[in-house]
Amino acid sequence: MSDNILEMRHITKTFPGVRALSDVNFAVRRGEIHCLVGENGAGKSTLMKVLSGLYPHSDFEGEIIFNGKKKEFNGIHDSEEAGIGIIYQELALVPDMTVYENIMLGHEIRRGMTIDVQEMIHKAEELLRRVRLSINPSAKVKDLGIGKQQLVVIAKVLSRNVSLLILDEPTAALNEDDCDNLLNILRILKTQGVTSIMISHKLKEVLSIAETITVLRDGQTICTLDRQKDEVTEQILIKHMVGRSIENIYPPRTSTHAEEAVLEVKDWSAYDAKLGRKVLNNVNFHVCKGEIVGLSGLVGSGRTELARSLFGNPDGYIVSGDMVFKGKKQRFTHPRHAIRSGLAYATEDRKRNGLILIKSIQENISLANLQGVSKNGVINEELDKQNALNFVNSLSIKTPSISQLVMNLSGGNQQKVSVAKWLFVGPEMLIFDEPTRGIDVGAKYEIYTIMNDLVAKGMSILMISSELPEILGMSDRIYVVANGTITGELDAKSATQEAVMRLATQY
Amino acid sequence: MNELMTVLKKNVREYGMYIALAAIIAVFTILSHGVFISSRNIANLLNQTGYIAVLAVGMTLVIVIRHIDLSVGFLSGFLGAIAAISLTQWHWPVWLSILFVLGLGICAGLLTALPVAGLGIPAFVASLAGWLIYRGALMLVTAATGTIIIPNESFNALGNGYIPDLFASNSFLPGIHKTTLVLGLIATIVFIFGQIADRKRKMQYKFEVLSTGLFVAKLVFMAIILGFISWILAGYNGMSWTVVIMLAVVLVYDFITRRTVIGRHIYAVGGNPEAAELSGISVRNITFTVFGSMGFLAALSGILFAARLKSATPQAGTLFEMDAIAAAYIGGVSASGGIGSISGSLIGALVYMSLMNGMNLLGTDISLQYVIRGLVLLLAVIFDVITRKRKL
Ligand SMILES: Nc1ncnc2c1ncn2[C@@H]1O[C@H](COP(=O)(O)OP(=O)(O)OP(=O)(O)O)[C@@H](O)[C@H]1O
Ligand SMILES: [Mg+2]
Repeated sequence: MSDNILEMRHITKTFPGVRALSDVNFAVRRGEIHCLVGENGAGKSTLMKVLSGLYPHSDFEGEIIFNGKKKEFNGIHDSEEAGIGIIYQELALVPDMTVYENIMLGHEIRRGMTIDVQEMIHKAEELLRRVRLSINPSAKVKDLGIGKQQLVVIAKVLSRNVSLLILDEPTAALNEDDCDNLLNILRILKTQGVTSIMISHKLKEVLSIAETITVLRDGQTICTLDRQKDEVTEQILIKHMVGRSIENIYPPRTSTHAEEAVLEVKDWSAYDAKLGRKVLNNVNFHVCKGEIVGLSGLVGSGRTELARSLFGNPDGYIVSGDMVFKGKKQRFTHPRHAIRSGLAYATEDRKRNGLILIKSIQENISLANLQGVSKNGVINEELDKQNALNFVNSLSIKTPSISQLVMNLSGGNQQKVSVAKWLFVGPEMLIFDEPTRGIDVGAKYEIYTIMNDLVAKGMSILMISSELPEILGMSDRIYVVANGTITGELDAKSATQEAVMRLATQY
Repeated sequence: MNELMTVLKKNVREYGMYIALAAIIAVFTILSHGVFISSRNIANLLNQTGYIAVLAVGMTLVIVIRHIDLSVGFLSGFLGAIAAISLTQWHWPVWLSILFVLGLGICAGLLTALPVAGLGIPAFVASLAGWLIYRGALMLVTAATGTIIIPNESFNALGNGYIPDLFASNSFLPGIHKTTLVLGLIATIVFIFGQIADRKRKMQYKFEVLSTGLFVAKLVFMAIILGFISWILAGYNGMSWTVVIMLAVVLVYDFITRRTVIGRHIYAVGGNPEAAELSGISVRNITFTVFGSMGFLAALSGILFAARLKSATPQAGTLFEMDAIAAAYIGGVSASGGIGSISGSLIGALVYMSLMNGMNLLGTDISLQYVIRGLVLLLAVIFDVITRKRKL
């Protein structure tokens, strides 16, 4: 008992219409790496927010025992003081500030009235060393890759002297290499006496790092598995998480694609005048009707830039080259032209540019296709609601009603709303940027099944993904992007992770 | 009772406005020994509210898309003067000069939007330029004549006239404007049926709704309020044209914002411009539309004000933009975009103008009036922020 750094007992937390946690018990041993898994909306993030004091003591039932003492946190500040550091699902860095400024934000070192820059840089360097990051502390955060940004966040939290580190899906947006690196950092921190709780939907990494795994489902603790005593496999975890077993992670495809290309891109280049550099360089590729094409590459290699430059070019790149869509030469100048012609693009960052967080599920689902629920510019409420309800049911979006604001949904359920929105547009070709980021295994399977159904009906999908198994498991063909250009094309049947990685790092 | 408390707590922001309005009315009624609530004063108050409410409606949408328009005060003054000039010096018929001025308003709004939507210049700066320009223009056109008196009866009726009583009778309820009562009755019936239909639909889709008891209580309450207002108005000259125009604007805009594609687009742009753009909405076009509508409403406001004064003065429109902004914020619009309702802004305008009207009735010193108006605005915004935070 006494070796538990943390015990949360009988935690119950409700939101209007939702019981997010009911009577949850959760214990973490000192010095271990403890993983928290469960379906989207199971209550993982909520449990951690309760722990961090974001939901003050009076807002939930149950007790928190930290380091053997009962604690009543009334804000992040209290938990921070006690030595708990939390990293939320979404990165919290100021992109335009430097690394050291971000790390020391809110804890600036003063000398008299002014800020002691030298001392701050020195301190930041020390922290960066702890996360094995060799970068210039005076670099702007926005110039770093997302993997490095994630490490900066960890360094920032470490600056507060934490003994318990909480990470909510820290690897969701990272590619394989960055993931491995981050897990290593956690192992190193462990040797320095830091206990970690990590939430993740990537079961492989959970199995590779966790000493104890707690599974939540529908706001309840299903079980706690000790790796030394219990046998744990991916299948076992999935069974606990979703309540049934899923045999194939990738549903089998029965349809075959046509030879006719729906999209053909030739010598496509794009120049970003704001950054003053070329973001795409002579890209050539095509997508056939009814085909799923995977677009792989490291984060920052230009995959998203490619998608956006084709989809109406909202960033205002100066583009050159040819794009033939549905047999016609096209150069879309606004996303709405692309959508109207049958090309859709589901963004990678649902919070920043995918969804209107302060609006309801209903309003978000029909946003890109309001013609579909209106007549003469007047919305048919009935139709709009019915449509939203259909998607909520078919994608099993977990919510009390379609009037729920999207910001109140769990991360994975937000992603499903974004998927629903583009499915409702019913395009002939869909560019799917990280379609399953932050989505649980069960829901992933559902989304993959939908993708298969769509291509069987003749739709084409260009899937951008940082998860290699997903690229290999779902695609017909794979293009690898590196440094703004396509470095290779692979047949998915014969491709291997190594082959993709080789092309992705080649420039 | 329990449900009532939770409902109140959850919608404290919306109900808070109504409660504030009721409190202000009650306080002034008591302090003025009933003069405030008299038919004559209420009619006067509503006519005063007209030209600000119309501006507040437009301003609400501008703020919803995260912009601001400071130019509308003097624009409204300037366009009022143009209306006066076209009537008195060019001898245009009333309908023509009204159409002309409304058209000018739209153009002026689009012009303000040009640097904002085209070059990304902050609306604060772009419309500040407009503020200066229209102020100068107003002084220029009134320089030769000074105040321009408008002798046209039908034009002035827009600001001072009342709708005719179709059911005038000396035997039944003499001195009461029967048409106003009938309109009030119709409005009440339409409102009740609308609410019932809305509730049915919501229940069908498992939305949270009030329990039957509370719902009926709400309907009865609203019916009494509507009946009371029409009774008070009927007791003087009935409904004025200003009130008719104001209600028409509010109803049309309310419909547009809640039920149309363009309304959804406006709120989407306000909620997250980047996501809206990537959903195929042209942020640029929406910006032009919203500023164009603002210019149109500024023109309407200018017409109402000139008609009310029966003249165009060189000071017309001074600080109107600030009154409209204050009304919109009291009405619950959020500066971070995407949130704010037309009905809220109407209530906001009523709160704000009741305050001014009441203090004028009591003969409160003008300097003190400004301080109190400022404090009320501050309170409203603080209340807004606190209640919103709690919801997250
Ligand atoms: N502020 C809120 N208001 C209303 N409901 C909420 C709020 N925050 C969370 N919920 C609900 O509580 C439940 C648990 O959400 P939580 O974010 O903890 O899920 P999660 O396990 O982290 O899921 P994911 O894997 O998708 O991130 C969900 O049903 C969610 O809709
Ligand atoms: Mg979560």
